[in-house]
Amino acid sequence: MSTPSTSVAGDLELGAPQAPAQASTGIGKAARYTYLALLVLALLAPAIGLYPVFVMKLLCFALFACAFNLLLGFTGLLSFGHAAFFGFSAYVTGWLVKQQGWTPELGLAAGAAAGAVLGLVFGLVAIRRQGIYFAMITLALSQMVFFLCLQAPFTGGEDGLQGVERGKLFGLLPLGDDRVMYYLVLAIFVGCFLGILRVVTSPFGQVLKMIRENEPRAISLGYEVDRYKLLAFVLSASLAGLAGSLKTLVMKFATLTDVHWSMSGEVILMSLLGGVGTFFGPVVGAGVVISLQDMLADKVGEWVTVIIGVIFVVCVLAFRKGIVGELLAWRERRNTKK
Amino acid sequence: MEIFGIPLQAFLGQLMLGLVNGAFYAMLSLGLAVIFGLLDIVNFAHGALYMVGAFVAWILMDKWGISYWWALLLAPLAVGILGALIERLFLKRLYGLDPLYGLLLTFGLALILEGVFRKQYGVSGQAYPVPDLLSGASNLGFMILPNYRAWVVVASIAVCLATWFLIERTRLGAYLRAGTENAKLVQAFGVNVPLMVTLTYGAGAALAGLAGVLAAPIIQVTPLMGSNLIIVVFAVVVIGGMGSIMGSVITGLLLGVVEGFTRVFYPEASNIVVFVIMAIVLMVRPAGLFGKEA
Repeated sequence: MSTPSTSVAGDLELGAPQAPAQASTGIGKAARYTYLALLVLALLAPAIGLYPVFVMKLLCFALFACAFNLLLGFTGLLSFGHAAFFGFSAYVTGWLVKQQGWTPELGLAAGAAAGAVLGLVFGLVAIRRQGIYFAMITLALSQMVFFLCLQAPFTGGEDGLQGVERGKLFGLLPLGDDRVMYYLVLAIFVGCFLGILRVVTSPFGQVLKMIRENEPRAISLGYEVDRYKLLAFVLSASLAGLAGSLKTLVMKFATLTDVHWSMSGEVILMSLLGGVGTFFGPVVGAGVVISLQDMLADKVGEWVTVIIGVIFVVCVLAFRKGIVGELLAWRERRNTKK
Repeated sequence: MEIFGIPLQAFLGQLMLGLVNGAFYAMLSLGLAVIFGLLDIVNFAHGALYMVGAFVAWILMDKWGISYWWALLLAPLAVGILGALIERLFLKRLYGLDPLYGLLLTFGLALILEGVFRKQYGVSGQAYPVPDLLSGASNLGFMILPNYRAWVVVASIAVCLATWFLIERTRLGAYLRAGTENAKLVQAFGVNVPLMVTLTYGAGAALAGLAGVLAAPIIQVTPLMGSNLIIVVFAVVVIGGMGSIMGSVITGLLLGVVEGFTRVFYPEASNIVVFVIMAIVLMVRPAGLFGKEA
């Protein structure tokens, strides 16, 4: 999916190698201030009356969307199976913490590891095909994980895992307190966000972008493309897994919804709506989708699916750059006019 | 008499059930293959169109008392027209872009169709009676075969063969195949390619609708009936190799039967056996069983 991403690759990149001119004109600085302002806002969120559980949920999905976008936006691989990593890890963490009495930090680590292992398996099967085949294969594999979660003894079947206690982080910080939990979620989110930023701007990230833009060229230059793609896939899967694990601790439950393929569709929508291949797009997209669902659920009830579908169609037909992508394109046009 | 410790009756019953499922897989993956082969679009809305076909048949019966046999004609027609509209209104704008956009757009359409029917009819199933002519069962001596199920298998194989013949052996099919290779050239010969494309998508949608009508008396008609089936069908398509029409039909039937066998011997795995086979096939032949290496 190179069409939307090529034109908007120069998102709010912090010192991105290919945009030195922008950094000197102060746009890079502006981006830095924007991020800083957002961070301050996020730190103050519980104090200014935002419902912490809602913001935490939003951050979990934002992390999920960022992980997905690492693959689609920066490597050009459309995975239609990311719900498998998100949901399966959610179960793993829930089961370990609830049934095995693991501490939350170990539970989160195990969730991320489970995502990575699952990602490796998916990757080994799917990497060999491209484009829509890749999408369909990941979708089919994730459906397999769905049925495993439905039937496996440890997942609680249709009921899911309920009443997962958050416990104490490192035996010290009581996560049962929403505010403490909130800062843990925020710290993990910011850490992962900066990590993704770092990965994408690293030489490794440059190779990924080259694969996205022109795979045969990358092969002819001697890069082991499949290995790079697999690594990106595993990285994305483990971050998606971490997001799922974190969501289990926040919401205190893991259910089949997390692992159903419609969740894979939802995360695609988040990225598409926010802006594929931009850094901040998936966060915005997750924010819009989660807020919409939250607001609409009691007002329009079952129409939510239809509304989500309509947004999907409109995005694909008229709005392929997404919110952040369109903003960047608009800024670009204004700058070139000057 | 027993086969591998399973009573023959149960064994053949599951085999038959597998064949019936396989018939649906074959018809749906055939429709996907036709649309993909000629339009380069992975039609995620295929499952939803199948669901709409079943609902149209049910509504025709419920509202106006129109019989199964008319529904068999009218419902695919309605779904075909819906498909042609979808192509004209939406898909037309995506040609020349990455095929992934087609996948995402049809995914959105599937959500809309499913949501509308869900709002209107809820998730509980609607019963559609088996037509009188095909009710009852025949005793084959070694098993009791419900007539309707036999009809489904026969009808869908006939439809699949007819579609294959149309595309591979007729002049119209030649135009279609040529149009996918070089649309401009075919247009220069005086063929209306855009119309042909619209009709092709309509025909693919009609195939899904027809499968829906055939399924209605066997399963409950619900808004969700297409959404889980479509993923199995995707797996079938990946296993068969997307380019091949014959491949999708044979793979569809075969996998239905394999699934039936699994249900006999190890029921827990019956939901995932198709996906396991997909993974294995991809390891050995990345292009699928009947696909050409890209």
